[in-house]
Amino acid sequence: MFENLLVPLQYEYMQKAIFVSAVIGGVCAFLSCFITLKGWSLMGDALSHAVVPGVAVAYYAGWPFAAGAFFTGLLAAVGMGFVKTKTRLREDAVIGVVFTAFFAAGLLLISLYPSQVDLRSIVFGNILGISNPDVVQVLVIAGVTLLVLGLKWRDFLIFCFDPNQARALGLNPMVLHYTLLTLLSATAVAALQTVGACLVVAMLVTPGATAYLLTDRFGRMIGLAVAMGTATSAVGAYASYYFDGSTGGCIVTLQSALFVLALVFGPKHGLLAARARRQQAAAGGAAA
Amino acid sequence: MPPAAAPNDLPLGIDVAGVNVTYANGHLALRDATFALAGGTICALVGVNGSGKSTLFKAIMGIVVPAAGRVRIAGLPVAQALKRNLVAYVPQSEEVDWSFPVSVWDVVLMGRYGHMGFLRIPRAEDRRIAEESLARVGMLEFRERQIGELSGGQRKRVFLARALAQRARVILLDEPFTGVDVNTELAIIALLRELRAEGHIMLVSTHNLGSVPEFCDQVVLINRTVLACGPTAEVFTEENLLRAFGGVLRHFRFDESTVQNHDGRAVTLLTDDERPLVFGKGGHVEYRERAGREDVVKKRAEGEGDV
Repeated sequence: MFENLLVPLQYEYMQKAIFVSAVIGGVCAFLSCFITLKGWSLMGDALSHAVVPGVAVAYYAGWPFAAGAFFTGLLAAVGMGFVKTKTRLREDAVIGVVFTAFFAAGLLLISLYPSQVDLRSIVFGNILGISNPDVVQVLVIAGVTLLVLGLKWRDFLIFCFDPNQARALGLNPMVLHYTLLTLLSATAVAALQTVGACLVVAMLVTPGATAYLLTDRFGRMIGLAVAMGTATSAVGAYASYYFDGSTGGCIVTLQSALFVLALVFGPKHGLLAARARRQQAAAGGAAA
Repeated sequence: MPPAAAPNDLPLGIDVAGVNVTYANGHLALRDATFALAGGTICALVGVNGSGKSTLFKAIMGIVVPAAGRVRIAGLPVAQALKRNLVAYVPQSEEVDWSFPVSVWDVVLMGRYGHMGFLRIPRAEDRRIAEESLARVGMLEFRERQIGELSGGQRKRVFLARALAQRARVILLDEPFTGVDVNTELAIIALLRELRAEGHIMLVSTHNLGSVPEFCDQVVLINRTVLACGPTAEVFTEENLLRAFGGVLRHFRFDESTVQNHDGRAVTLLTDDERPLVFGKGGHVEYRERAGREDVVKKRAEGEGDV
């Protein structure tokens, strides 16, 4: 029985998949704390789809996929900013129009030139088949993101909480804004490898959202989110060996399950705790 | 030596000269705004909604760049003044996300970031100043609370403590008394007076006219431009306010009202949340309390032959 559990770990491709998934899961979770508090969840979804045409073009041209993806991701972010300031459209409409335009262009490119790029692996991810150069790219992205967030998370916290205060302290909110957007695009590219374009947004939102339900302290929120993101990604990749199912599906299902647990059983903001408080208040009111 | 050091060596002042602000949609928010303030003042920034109060704040904080004119703080361009931690901002309650996972202590420490190093790790000195600032607004015992668990007045005091912790010399306050109980309002006013005595500049944006003569020694009246600025007694006149507010203010004129001689002085004013502003005969401002204003009462009594 116990030996059976170790079977996946005997395969090099499984070791690699579990390790890379765990790293990406952790980095995405770190970033997700800022994304949820800044209200950029939709933006994360948009960028993860907008990188698709970049991936397609990079494969044809023989560039590193990250370079192409990163380029179209940023192009989409700048495009959204441009359309929003120049028109009277609301942000959700702008995001909806721009990211679907990019995603559609990507689908079109891939279907017109179906040579090396596998549509399935872009949309649904293919971590079990990840190549070594791709692993290197993912690790570089993860390393840079961890470094920037690890050193400067307090500046980003102020930027999310009170941009005017950031300004009053002599920080430049525009620089912080675009740095965070850049990290978001880069991380979306890395996560694309694991869970695919459709589910990247879950990696970039769910751990942070879950941690937010569990604590009122930002430091603890980061710790909880990173722990959950890393663990669910490693376990999800591992479990997908047995189910022979989609790795992305396994990881995100685990993350969603944790979210539901936090939603119901959260010590302070959970549904049960809220009900207990209401009953207590009612009882107190009756006694008084 | 960090660049944040030694802001005290410069003579403090705000100098706004000929500032025009135009937004991207072509809307001219401020035209030729000019005023100057020297250290040691509580100055009210008074105008209707949309008159450019917040635009002026944004220009002083470098959030909007004037299309023409310039803003100097202690003789420095805005960006340099901000780097020296000269300017602090106390936001309006509606601008803050109160469910954000930060404690009172975290917020006050944010005031110290400009004095910290690259990694923003607080030193003993930063903690001492943050603690002292919290104690000064009477919020030390709440330091571990999440900010959403505070009352309106407590929230305001926490953000004031952040401005104190920043050791800023210019403090911009946006509607500081909205949603605040009377006791907190008095405590905040007392604190602002202390800071004035220490030589700070407080610029208070407000539409709460009644409180202005009570604690502001100077007033800047704006409506798309600076209509008037200077000592409260000179600027805060009925005529100027009508100019600034047009038809927006609710009027209650005693000579047109049912108030008669037999009412004597026993007129009572009740308002819901804002202090009434009362002008006396000849258009001078009436104050809520005589205590501390004996000279004014005496002078007017002599002038009017009243007793």
